Amino acid sequence: MTKKVQQLDRVVIRFAGDSGDGMQLTGDRFTSETAQLGNDISTLPNFPAEIRAPAGTLPGVSSFQVHFADFDILTPGDAPNVLVAMNPAALKANLADLPGGADIIVNTDEFTKRNLVKVGYDANPLEDGSLDRWVVHPVGLTSMTVGALADHDISKKDAERAKNMFALGLLSWMYSRPYASTITFLERKFAARPELVAANIAAFKAGWNFGETTEDFGVRYEVKPAKMSPGNYRNITGNVALALGLVAAGVRAKLPVFLGAYPITPASDILHELSKHKRFNVTTMQAEDEIAAIGAALGAAYGGALGVTTTSGPGIALKGETISLAIALELPLLIVDVQRAGPSTGMPTKTEQADLNMALFGRHGEAPAAVIAPCSPSDCFYAAIEAARIALTYRTPVLLLSDGYIANGSEPWLLPDVSDLPDLRVEFAATPNGEDGTFLPYLRDPHTLARPWAVPGTPGLEHRIGGLEKADRTGDISYDPANHDFMVRTRAARIEAIEVPDIEVDDPDGAASVLVLGWGSTYGPIGAACRALRQRGLPVAQAHLRHLNPMPKNLESVLKRYGRVVIPEMNLGQLAHVIRGRYLVDAIPYNQVRGLPFTAAELESMLEDVVKNV
Amino acid sequence: MSEIQGASPPERPRTARNRTSSGADSGRQGVALTLTAKDFKSDQEVRWCPGCGDYAILAAVQSFMPELGIPRERIVFVSGIGCSSRFPYYMNTYGLHSIHGRAPAIATGLSVSRPDLQVWVVTGDGDALSIGGNHLIHALRRNVNLKILLFNNRIYGLTKGQYSPTSELGKVTKSTPAGSADSPFNPISLALGAEASFVARTIDSDRKHLQGVLRSAANHQGSAFVEIYQNCNIFNDGAFDLLKEPDTRDAALIRLEHGSPITFGTDGEFCVVHPPGGFGLEVRETASVSPTEIVVHDETVTEPAYAFALSRLPALDLSHTPVGVFRKVSRPSYDALVRTQVQEAAAKVTDPEREFASLLSSGDTWTII
Repeated sequence: MTKKVQQLDRVVIRFAGDSGDGMQLTGDRFTSETAQLGNDISTLPNFPAEIRAPAGTLPGVSSFQVHFADFDILTPGDAPNVLVAMNPAALKANLADLPGGADIIVNTDEFTKRNLVKVGYDANPLEDGSLDRWVVHPVGLTSMTVGALADHDISKKDAERAKNMFALGLLSWMYSRPYASTITFLERKFAARPELVAANIAAFKAGWNFGETTEDFGVRYEVKPAKMSPGNYRNITGNVALALGLVAAGVRAKLPVFLGAYPITPASDILHELSKHKRFNVTTMQAEDEIAAIGAALGAAYGGALGVTTTSGPGIALKGETISLAIALELPLLIVDVQRAGPSTGMPTKTEQADLNMALFGRHGEAPAAVIAPCSPSDCFYAAIEAARIALTYRTPVLLLSDGYIANGSEPWLLPDVSDLPDLRVEFAATPNGEDGTFLPYLRDPHTLARPWAVPGTPGLEHRIGGLEKADRTGDISYDPANHDFMVRTRAARIEAIEVPDIEVDDPDGAASVLVLGWGSTYGPIGAACRALRQRGLPVAQAHLRHLNPMPKNLESVLKRYGRVVIPEMNLGQLAHVIRGRYLVDAIPYNQVRGLPFTAAELESMLEDVVKNV
Repeated sequence: MSEIQGASPPERPRTARNRTSSGADSGRQGVALTLTAKDFKSDQEVRWCPGCGDYAILAAVQSFMPELGIPRERIVFVSGIGCSSRFPYYMNTYGLHSIHGRAPAIATGLSVSRPDLQVWVVTGDGDALSIGGNHLIHALRRNVNLKILLFNNRIYGLTKGQYSPTSELGKVTKSTPAGSADSPFNPISLALGAEASFVARTIDSDRKHLQGVLRSAANHQGSAFVEIYQNCNIFNDGAFDLLKEPDTRDAALIRLEHGSPITFGTDGEFCVVHPPGGFGLEVRETASVSPTEIVVHDETVTEPAYAFALSRLPALDLSHTPVGVFRKVSRPSYDALVRTQVQEAAAKVTDPEREFASLLSSGDTWTII
């Protein structure tokens, strides 16, 4: 049977199922196939904090959304065009996000009375007409998978578990995906159990063939490759990009990297990734707690390594005192905060950007540190290198604010030429710098205001430093009032002296009177909303802050160039507060803290109101 | 400032992989070390209270250091917060006075990344056992290559006299006017519970014994935990008088010596035995037991239960307090295990930039022309 092939420019698919159904893996594989084809991609995993919530319940639903297009896209998509629902819970949990007319592929085998009751369905939604707004494709995913694997020598349980590969096969057929990489993946994943390699490949092909033969799927779709800059690409999540950025920083600084970390969602993947790269002189230590993790990193930095600690908000709260010490010691240190919804334990797997105040101000005393934030998954790579540049050049702790959205989300990444990355080599102090051959640990470079990095082992530079206030130049303990005032102001001036690039404004026609200012992971949704408005003839300018402390020198003039400044944030207005206080700009905050990224549509609608009412 | 040094701190040995992790190797190549106690005195005015036991420990450490044969620049003292933690300022070595309780964690990062250094931690009973208890037990558990000196004065001195986690039950202090209600830690028992590979106790006023213990600690590979009874003459004066006064010390103090039967008293009239059927060790009059019943001290017993039993001998008034090395066993240090993994992996890479480029392009990649 020859099927009609329809061209699309973009598609959003959401795979949803029980935590144990393998939806993250299915989504990952579909993404990889899509990347091979050359579409632009953006992904959004969404999963519960519980590893296995009770099966079939709403809290146990795990999903993975992938947006792919034949053009440059900025977000994982607001609303799915296709929902794959592996059980009633997955259907119920995701239906509200689905626009009318969207396709729903359901695993009918799971729509048993018991499972329906479990999620509060009185009647079977597949039969009561409640899904009439959508195009429903009922598929017996489990039974057909088990049927397809009847000849395989595996348990019924293993056969049932392969149903995600059947679903993947079906979707791969629907969207004409090349699947060689999935076959290779399965061969590798189940290398120790060849019978599972065969079963999963068979399930995948059964799903593919089902699409081709069943009349329920009359149309097959194609999304042509996107026009992207030439070069080699890979798909990358923010956490992996960040880890690779840290390795790159070590390689380019020619310094050993020392990571001290304590397991915490959603930052642990950075620890996992870095622990694989020992060959680049990377040492990872899983410490006894968050405090020890940063303490060990600081100790390594004192000894001349690139010290790093990675965590999420609750961990930053515990590390505050050691960050203060690093500020007093004036040593380079990277502190990565993959933000999650708070306060307290909050929602560990859900995103938020509400740690900005803590990063900027969350320490006792006057304790300024540099703060930067990446704006997308692949940007985490470059942000890590930039954080290392600042830390090493200016001998200061640098906080890097990622978040759950970009940490777990992925996008294609044009691989850089390693030799084009910044040269981060450092200069250790080797000889006394004071009169009479003395060493002055707090004698500063007049340009950077950085003090010498004099690592133990250097003859003639033996010195003592600590958290007590230090006299200028000598570093001796000092309680002198004037000295303390001077040192406090100097530590502030040190951070202000950090050279950061000017902020760029995207205002294609120069006609906008409204500026949208964002920071961190909101870049994608804000950018998509601005594009949509411009396409409709509504001019709007976008600027995005990477450096949150110090801020770019031109920021004030940029802000004052526009009649209105809007600041969308996934918090209750933390950046807006800083901008208002620092620049006396009457910025309009727009805030949401639902544990999810902004949708482009909601920002577009909000900005439209502002633009029309300037 | 100097020329660009690139990767390594100056003087870092290139053959670190083949070194043991016992800390700094002795001597700088081609330079005869003729250091004296004076060389280890910094230019800072010592600001402990007159009469503090810390002075005696400082003097003992400074005069002991030269015999290590390690150049000053390879020695680092890391401390936390408290009276004892001011120690690094007075040593003319590298020194880091950090934050309360965290010295073992900070020193771990330093020691693991710099096997060419000998890292000493100076801490107190509040710093190590209260706010920093977690870091101490984990450093000992890991067997990080640190020499940890715990100055135990059984009181908070720098905050002016509150009871500490080693103060005796019922201790009346500013914060416990009706007497403290919590039982103290026995630091030796705690360290043994964490399976520390080297555990010892000594006393501030006995320089010879103190230096003997330091010598043994310095030569140990892995964590060396040394409790030093230290008098705070302002807030807890005389806490260890029973162990120091000529008329009481002989009957109160048990001097452990490897390979010797454990006897004490003016003429060895007391001894330590392992009563049949009992779990622990007990003190007896030597005359009342057969010489073969007297326990012969062996610091190398692998099972920590023996040293633990020794640590339980003291009574509430500190009589029958063993001093010396309780335990000295060999097991791999965390530093050595971690560095071996890194160095074996790194040894396979000749050009890190090229290797990194190939890492980036490994896995599922695609090319846009």
